[in-house]
Formats: sequence, structure tokens, C-alpha cells
Amino acid sequence: MNGTSGLLAHVLRQGDRALVLAQRLGEWVAHAPELEEDMAVANLSLDLLGQARHLYSYAGELEGQGHEEDYFAYWRSADQFGNPLLVEQPNGDFAHTMVRQLLHDHAALLYWESMTVSTDSRLAALAVRASNETRFHLRHSHGWVVRLGDGTEESHRRTQNALTALWPYAEELVTCPDDDELRETGQVGPPFADAWRTAVAETLAEATLIIPDGAVPITGGWSGTHTEHLVPLLDELQSVARAHPGASW
Amino acid sequence: MIDVRSVVYGVPDPELPHVSIGDLGMVRRVVVDGTQVSVTIAPTFLGCPATEQIQSDVEAAVRGAGYTPSVEWELAPMWTSDDITEEGRTKLRMAGIAPPPAGGAVSVDLPVVCPLCGSRRTRLTAGFGATPCKALHHCDHCRQPFEAVKGLPR
Repeated sequence: MNGTSGLLAHVLRQGDRALVLAQRLGEWVAHAPELEEDMAVANLSLDLLGQARHLYSYAGELEGQGHEEDYFAYWRSADQFGNPLLVEQPNGDFAHTMVRQLLHDHAALLYWESMTVSTDSRLAALAVRASNETRFHLRHSHGWVVRLGDGTEESHRRTQNALTALWPYAEELVTCPDDDELRETGQVGPPFADAWRTAVAETLAEATLIIPDGAVPITGGWSGTHTEHLVPLLDELQSVARAHPGASW
Repeated sequence: MIDVRSVVYGVPDPELPHVSIGDLGMVRRVVVDGTQVSVTIAPTFLGCPATEQIQSDVEAAVRGAGYTPSVEWELAPMWTSDDITEEGRTKLRMAGIAPPPAGGAVSVDLPVVCPLCGSRRTRLTAGFGATPCKALHHCDHCRQPFEAVKGLPR
């Protein structure tokens, strides 16, 4: 995230969040537990990709250097990506993927809802549609986490393991640096960290899952310091574009 | 003289070929200036893979009518499922696809009306279907599976 600031950095971070999670979800396609889930993960991925494309297009306009959406997806390195660490974490088993999705979807829904009142008309418009889409995503991840957490002994054990492993990355979702500055101008909507904690706690209680005690938050993604998992993800995501620069299809 | 406006409104949706982009309420404006035709379209789902196809179909249709096209996408005001026309809703139903609930209803959990028998005794079987805009449902009355266009309110 070096050298970018203000609204451009914010828009890129949100685009990166959506793109990286879209790529992770895409890894499930044709491997999901049932046919309907193949469809579901593909649709989630597609929606997030669409959100990323719109955000990157806008980033290109804000930046004013003639970059189109593809530039931001394919031609930046890991330290220039500002996605939160949670979304780059590997898929693990299906419980792991759904816990990651649930933590994300609660934050994404509150984020987009808060952005519908942004003074930036472009982001406010985008937020209307993206919050609609995210509501469908949350219904899906909520349904699975409750079903798995409050399911069999085995599904409960796996889902609890997933939550314990992912929880340290969760807090970062709702504590993005620099947003406070953009809130003063109304470009970014009101904060939603408390609403997120309440919403997540409700779902997890329904799923009979326990939030791990005393976990120290692991952060840095929003400012470009990533876990070891982002570079291999980007290698795959960017390989075709970088092997054939300027190709179109 | 071909009415280029109705040509644009009549371009079929690539993924819901029973209805046109006019039926779906996606066409915001058609401005004819001499031989130039500017079309403004509203996107539905942000990641809809039909977007590029719709643009090239509209351009081809305008060219076919003897005009030079330019197509723009406009986010605001955002398309909502209430923009689908009455005719569009009827066409969807006739194709066996349930239209979204009308009147800005928040549709995430509302049972949809079966397009085949009209019963409300339906349930969601899969939240995500073959296209971003549809979900899978089952009618417990006529015992048929069917697709429904998701409601996207404002």
C-alpha cells in the first residue's frame, strides 16, 4: 500500500479484500461437498469479483494515471495489496471456509450498509447493490456455520477448530487504519466494529461455538504486511496476465 | 425507418433469453442524435458475466438498425428488481421462472409464488443458482422445482 493514501487507498483495500476472497472461493469450484455448494461458492466468488472490478475501475479514475481494473488485479505485488489477512487464509476444510466467510460477511454487510450514506456518490451507489448481494452471502454462511457448529460431534469439532484458528485475524476486518480520517469528510460511513462483534457473537452462540479467550489480534493486511499465503495466491491469479501481457480474450 | 429505441429495448438478455433488457428495466436512456445512438444501461448484479455480452449485443443491434452506437453503464440510481416491467414479470412466469417480489419487499426470506401453479407453499432449496440473479426453489403444492429471480430492493 506504499504511496497511496486517502480515498484511493480505501477503494483499493476494499477491492483487494473482494478480489482475494473471490480467488480463494474459486479454488472450491468442482471440489465443494455437494453440487449446490459448487454453485454457491462460484456465485459468491463472482459477486465479489464484480465488486472488486467496480472498485478497481473507480480506483483507476481516482488515481488518474490511465490504469484500468486489470492493472490493479494483475500488475501489483503482494506488498501493494491492502486486503485484510483473514481473506487470504487458505480454505482448509469446508467448515474453515464457511467460518472465514461468516466473519467476513458480517463485516462486509455492515461496511456496505454504512457506505450507502457515503458522501461519495459513486461508492454510495455501489454500496446499495453490494449490500444487497452480501445479504445473500451472509444468509448462506450463517446457515452453514450454524448447521456445522450445532451439528454432529465431528462437524462441531471441525468448526470450533476453524474458529479458533481464524479468530486472531477477525478483528482486523473492522479496524481499518485511515478510515477515521475519511469519516470526517463523510466519504466513509460510520464505524461498525461494535455492531460486528454483536452480530458475530449472536451467530456463534447459535452455532454453539466458543470465541477463543485472550487471542491476540494479528493485523497488518490493510497496510500491506501479509501472511505467507498471499504471494502463492497472487502467483496463480496473475500468472496468465503476466505470461501474456496485453492479451485480450 | 427502424425505431432504434425499440430495437435497443428488445435486445434479449443473454442468460434469460425469454425477456429483453427493456423488460428487465435495464435500459436507462436511448438518445438519438442524427446517426449516433447513445445507450445508457444499468447493471444488475455487479459480477454478472453477461454484462460484456449485453454491451456487444446492444452495439450490434444498433448497428443493424443503421446507426452508430455508444454504450455506457450507469450505477446510480442503482437498478432494483422493481425495475422489471409487468410484461417482463409475465414473460418470466411463462418461462417457468418466478419473478422477484414486487414493491421493494426485502425478499431474502419471503416464500416466492410458484410460477407453475401459483402456490405460496414453496421453499428455497439453494440460495445460488445457474446465474447470479437466480435461486432454486421447490413447490410443495405442485411438487416441481423452479428458479426464481432474486429480489434486489433499494
